[in-house]
Amino acid sequence: MDLMTPFLAISGGLLIGTAAALFLLLSGRVAGVSGMIAAAARMGPSGTPRSQATAFLVGLPIGAASIALLVRTPEVIVTSSVPLLIGAGLLVGFGTRLGNGCTSGHGVCGMARLSPRSLAATATFMASGAAAVFILRHVIGG
Amino acid sequence: MRNLFPGLFTGIVFGAGLALSDLVNPARVQAFLDIAGAWDPTLMFVMGAALVPSAIAYLILRRRMMRPLFGDRFAIPESRVLDRPLLVGAAMFGVGWGLVGLCPGPAVAGLVLGAWQTWLFAGAMLAGMGLHHLFTSIRAPAPAYEG
Repeated sequence: MDLMTPFLAISGGLLIGTAAALFLLLSGRVAGVSGMIAAAARMGPSGTPRSQATAFLVGLPIGAASIALLVRTPEVIVTSSVPLLIGAGLLVGFGTRLGNGCTSGHGVCGMARLSPRSLAATATFMASGAAAVFILRHVIGG
Repeated sequence: MRNLFPGLFTGIVFGAGLALSDLVNPARVQAFLDIAGAWDPTLMFVMGAALVPSAIAYLILRRRMMRPLFGDRFAIPESRVLDRPLLVGAAMFGVGWGLVGLCPGPAVAGLVLGAWQTWLFAGAMLAGMGLHHLFTSIRAPAPAYEG
């Protein structure tokens, strides 16, 4: 894994935040990716119309591919086994719906408006994520 | 068009940010969450930077905007109640996020970046959302949308 410069990290973060800001000012809604996936797949009520959610989700890989072609090719290093990928995917899918948001909806959009629910959710998933990595790497793997 | 343009355009910018900041790389995310190992602060810079334009947008809309440019009204979650589904859901999500290093945005943006594992993870994630939908449609209507 190459070293990331803070410059790239900050530039990327600014793009993510700008996208969330524009989504809010243009459409009036929170740019939460898990909610948009659910809206696109017709899974439960969502604030985002299905066409808009689908357009956003189609845009995500287009944006990522553009950076890969024009700026830098990001490494995608996945070390997880197949059962782990499936189990983690199920947890992420179920958990983001139960908790009404993920890193984008709670982490970027909710924290930016100091929503107490989003602050609590972000603290919780950061803590449980760190705990999962600790157990995976230093308890089981160690 | 009123829905498609803002959706597609902001999706592209968001996806570009995920790739530029390396958030699409699960190893990078796990290195950030690995506080007992070789901790990598990259994600902190990414999130810190992302909060700036996002917070400015909320200030702008609170002070100067009556309605969004391509819509009739703002639909921003108002609830302030910390309930059990929120915390249990966030905890479950965090465990899955830590185990593999992928959350929903990078899982979708990363579909074109060449790792087959992303597809498997995204499929399982969709199934997890489907399971939740199944449970809530059996029991009670789902709560209001937050993101």
